[in-house]
Amino acid sequence: MSSKLKQPNQNTWLYTDIVKDHFFNPRNVQYDEPRDNKFNGKGTVGSPVCGDMMTMWIKVDEIDEKIKKCTWKTFGCASAIASTSILSEMVTKNGGMKITDAMKITPKDIIKELGGLPARKIHCSVLGDQALRAAIENYRKSA
Amino acid sequence: MIYLDHAATTQTDKEVLKAMKPYYDKYFGNPSSLYALGREAKKAIEDARQRVSDILHCEPEEIIFTAGGTESDNLAIFGVMEKFLTNSEKYHCITSNIEHPAVLYSYKKLEKFGFNITYIKVDQYGLINPKDILRALRPNTVLVSIMYANNEIGTIQKIIEIGRIIKNYRHIQRIDTLAKNSNYPVFHSDACQAAGYLDINTDDLGVDLMTLNGSKIYGPKQIGALFKKKNIQLAPLLCGGSQENGFRPGTENTASIVGFAKALELAEKNKAKESIRLKKLRDYFIMELLKIDNTILNGHPEKRLPNNVNVTFRYIEGESIMLKLDKEGIYVSTGSACHSQSLDPSHVILALGQNSEDAHGSMRFTMGKDTTKKNLDKTIRIVKKAVKELRAISAIDKE
Repeated sequence: MSSKLKQPNQNTWLYTDIVKDHFFNPRNVQYDEPRDNKFNGKGTVGSPVCGDMMTMWIKVDEIDEKIKKCTWKTFGCASAIASTSILSEMVTKNGGMKITDAMKITPKDIIKELGGLPARKIHCSVLGDQALRAAIENYRKSA
Repeated sequence: MIYLDHAATTQTDKEVLKAMKPYYDKYFGNPSSLYALGREAKKAIEDARQRVSDILHCEPEEIIFTAGGTESDNLAIFGVMEKFLTNSEKYHCITSNIEHPAVLYSYKKLEKFGFNITYIKVDQYGLINPKDILRALRPNTVLVSIMYANNEIGTIQKIIEIGRIIKNYRHIQRIDTLAKNSNYPVFHSDACQAAGYLDINTDDLGVDLMTLNGSKIYGPKQIGALFKKKNIQLAPLLCGGSQENGFRPGTENTASIVGFAKALELAEKNKAKESIRLKKLRDYFIMELLKIDNTILNGHPEKRLPNNVNVTFRYIEGESIMLKLDKEGIYVSTGSACHSQSLDPSHVILALGQNSEDAHGSMRFTMGKDTTKKNLDKTIRIVKKAVKELRAISAIDKE
């Protein structure tokens, strides 16, 4: 007694188009464990128990202190994945962001870049700035 | 599209819609009006009540039409408990820790009112041991509410056995004048997910109150019923007119009541055949999903609704999987916190003893009359791809 159901309009979406793009096509993902000297900073924040956890790797140019490379891995919902992805682009574009400026990035900056997030997603899913700061601190310690 | 969220709601059946239509434009009268137009509507409601009562094996007067499952649950719980409110600390109620929010949060409110509550724990399959109910019963227990089949994991409880235990307890227990008559403890069961798949004969089940819902059985939304055994005392939730014998004031939703009765009839008619068909598909689907490594079946392998599949994909988060499937036109639901207003994952999955980390990756697939093996095969293919992609970017170390 099976019956066919009609496809609804798929153009409605929970998040902005930018979030959608970064969720379905994440940038700068660190698929495999990186080789030793490829990066000089690494930070992990969040907890799987809370539903969001991420690790970020950065390569900082020791002379101009700009972030040349930024990769990541994220366990979490679409906004957690998209916010980490877009952050990795924000800090590496135009020759890289100075780590002193990168330290100042807030969740608000990331959300602005994403074109907004649903209110209830803001506190739980945007952890990228913390992961980045942890990676920069890790770089400073080892530098 | 492939719709695998029938436990959330179902499409309204064409036959149901057809039965409803005249009560919007033709027989639109107020059923309480005494002229012909009103009488016509009243007759339709009473006819629907008769048909529903035939299915439930009860008297027509024992059916109260409500605005859905949530309302029926609230009416059952607060309707029974109202008369004990002034002395709340003297009384005790029982429920389980995997109830639908409509029951669970009603019980939280009872707790706030000062009642003593026992939340019965389920085992790793979501099953209640009826002996735990017996152990929890006290001389001052006035209400027990246990769902028939769980909406998330589909586990079917031993309702008949639980009902028998409660009934037997009535003979030995006695408290005070308020709860002296032999109807306490009252036994309520939420059967929203059971209708269409399981026996809902109230005589067999031994329930005093039972919740049903239209929108899970190819009926309209915001319509349901509460079966209330004749001798059970109940206070209405709403104050108003004398509709539904005073238990549910407000002008009746004639069209939806007619639609609900039609939907329930169709559900009963198709039950045996559809249950066998879906059980086969369910077991095939579960077998295929468990071929994905680090996948856990949630709920009981056999004592589960024929249309329910619930699994946890470890190391990934449910909303992400759901959205990947959504992109392909496959609609499912998740027990992840990211999908709810709270920060906690599903209380049902946690009640099975699963840790929060894994509970975030729980996915529910609920099949229905439009489900075919072909759509399940496509779903399996896309699920496998989504799980692989999300695990590749997941920050959790896989053991």
